Amino acid sequence: MSVAEETVGKPVMVESAPRQAQPAAVDVKDVAVRFRSKKRDVTALERIDLSVPMGEFVSLVGPSGCGKSTLLKLVAGLLKPSSGTVRLHGDPVTGPRHDIGYVFQRAALLEWRSARRNILLQAEMRGMPADRARRRADELIAMTGLRGFEEALPHELSGGMQQRVSLCRALLHEPPVLLMDEPFGALDALTREQMNIELRRIWRETGTTVLLVTHSIAEAVYLADRIVVMSARPGTITEVIEPGLPAERDYTETVGRPEFAHATARIRRLLGSAAPPPDAAE
Amino acid sequence: MSRQTPSTTAPVPGAPSGTGGPDTPARRAGPGAGERLAAAAERTWRPVALLAACLAAWWAVSAARLVEPYLVPSPGTTLQVVRDRAGYLLEHSWVTTYETLLGFAIAVVLGVLSAVLMVHSAELEKTLYPVLLFAQVIPKIAIAPLFVVWLGFGITPKIVVAVLIAFFPVVISMVTGLKSIDPEMLELSATMGAGPWRTFAKIRFPASLPHLFAGLKVAVTLAVTGAVVGEFVGANEGLGYVILQANGNLDTPMLFAGLLIMSLLGVVLFALVELAEKVLLPWHASRRADSVTTTL
Ligand SMILES: Nc1ncnc2c1ncn2[C@@H]1O[C@H](COP(=O)(O)OP(=O)(O)OP(=O)(O)O)[C@@H](O)[C@H]1O
Ligand SMILES: [Mg+2]
Repeated sequence: MSVAEETVGKPVMVESAPRQAQPAAVDVKDVAVRFRSKKRDVTALERIDLSVPMGEFVSLVGPSGCGKSTLLKLVAGLLKPSSGTVRLHGDPVTGPRHDIGYVFQRAALLEWRSARRNILLQAEMRGMPADRARRRADELIAMTGLRGFEEALPHELSGGMQQRVSLCRALLHEPPVLLMDEPFGALDALTREQMNIELRRIWRETGTTVLLVTHSIAEAVYLADRIVVMSARPGTITEVIEPGLPAERDYTETVGRPEFAHATARIRRLLGSAAPPPDAAE
Repeated sequence: MSRQTPSTTAPVPGAPSGTGGPDTPARRAGPGAGERLAAAAERTWRPVALLAACLAAWWAVSAARLVEPYLVPSPGTTLQVVRDRAGYLLEHSWVTTYETLLGFAIAVVLGVLSAVLMVHSAELEKTLYPVLLFAQVIPKIAIAPLFVVWLGFGITPKIVVAVLIAFFPVVISMVTGLKSIDPEMLELSATMGAGPWRTFAKIRFPASLPHLFAGLKVAVTLAVTGAVVGEFVGANEGLGYVILQANGNLDTPMLFAGLLIMSLLGVVLFALVELAEKVLLPWHASRRADSVTTTL
C-alpha cells in the first residue's frame, strides 16, 4: 500500500510535492479499539483515519474519554488496534516503537534522578554513546531554559520545569515523531503560554512530526498546522481543521488574528455539540 | 536566563517561565547548622522525654518499695549489674547480634529474590505465595524446638528462626514496591526500547526501595526476636540464654539487664536501617523530612 503510494508518484504539485514523495510519518487506517472487561465493553475508537505527513504538527482535541490517549498509544505501539492498521513511516506498528518520543500527561520523572540524569535516562536505556548524549542533553537544557537546575531533583522543580525535563527526555534521541499527551495540562495559564511558545520554537528548529493531545483549544490552534476534533465515545474524528495561520507565529499577534478566532470558534462549537448528555456518561 | 529570547516583537518575557525563576536552585538554600540542630532537637525531645518519664516511674516504683526488689529491681541495681558483668553481657550480646545480623541478611536476600521472581512470573507467584503464607501462619516460636532437634545447639537454629520471622515483611514490602510502579513508567521504558533487565535495574528496582526499607525496619527488629526465641529453646550462649539463666536463678537484676540490652540492640539496628535508608535514598528521605516517623 505504502509502496504503491511511494512509487506511483503523483504529478508534480507545486507545494505538496516533497511531502507526497515519502510515506506519511503517521498513518492510521480505519482503526477501531474496543476494551473488553468483565463488566462492560467500551469502544474507545471507531473508524479512525488519519494521515500525518512528516514534519507536520497535529493537535488532537475532544471530550474527556473520547480516546485521545488511546490513539497516541496506538501510534506508539503500546496498544494494538482491535481492527485496522497503524503505520509509522510506512512500517506497520506491531509492538512498542523506539523511534518516537513520548511525553506523558504527568511528567513521569524518576524521583531519585536529577533533572539531567532524568533526561539522560533515554540515552542509557537505548545505549546511546554517552558523550553525544551528554552534549545533546546540554543543548536541550539550554534550549528549554533549565540551566542552573541540572542537578535538582524532580521534587525541587516546579511543575513547568518538570514538564520541560520530560520534554527534553523525549527529544534527546532526536525522534522523528513526538507524541505528547496533555503535556501542559497541570500548568497555570501563563506558564502554559510560555511552554507553547517554546514548543513551537523547538518544533520549528527540529522539524519533528508532532501529535499533541490537549484540552486547550487555544493551545491546539496556536501550535498546530491541523487540528483533529474528535467526538465522544465511541471516539471518531468529527472534523479536521486547518486554520491557515502563518508559520512564523508570535503569540499575541497570532491569537489576535481572525483565522485564529475563526478556528477556535469552530472547534468550540464542534466540541459543544459533541459533548455527551450528562446521563450518558455511564 | 541562559535562554535566547526569540527575536519576536511580542511582549514575551525573556526569562524562563514564571515558575522557573532565574534564581539559584532551592536545594542549595538548605537550613544552616544551627537550624538543623534545632530541628533535630524538636524531633527528639518528645521520645526522650517519654523515655525519661518511664525511667522515672520505674525508679519511683522501686524506690518507694511499691514492689519487692526481687520482683522489680531499681534502675540503679540494673545498671550496676550491667557495669559489673559487662564482659559477660557483652560476650553474649555479641552472639545474639551475630545471629540477628546473619538471619536478617539471609532474610533480605531470600526475600528480595523471591519478591522479584514472584513479580516477574505469575506462575511462580501462584506457586510461591501460598507456601509463603503457610510458612508465615505457622507459629515460628512453636516450631523452634524442632529446629533444635534437627540442627543442634549451635547458632544455626537461631539463625533459621530469625530468617523465618524476618523473611515475610521483606517479601511483602518488596512485592508491594515492585508492583506499585507507575504503569506509565513501564510504557515510557517500552518506548525507549529498554529490555526487561534494564527496566528492572533502572526503574523498577530503585522505585521499589522506599517500600523495601519500610519492610526492612520491621524485619530487623523481628530478627532480634527470632534469634532470642531460638536461644530460649536451647542454647548455651546469647542474650536469650542469659535471660533464661537469670530467670532460673531468680536473678531479676540480671534479667532486667538482659532485657535492657536486648531492647537496645533492636533500637540500634532499627536506627542503622533508617540511616542506611537516608544515605541510600536521599531523594526519598528529603521528601518526607518533616514526617513524624523519622526517629533520628
Ligand atoms: N486499559 C483500558 N481498559 C479499559 N478501558 C479503557 C482502557 N484505557 C482506556 N479505556 C477507555 O477508553 C476510553 C478512552 O480512553 P482515553 O484514555 O483514550 O481517553 P482520553 O480521550 O485520553 O480522555 P482524557 O481526555 O480524559 O485523557 C475511555 O472510555 C476509557 O474508559
Ligand atoms: Mg488522556
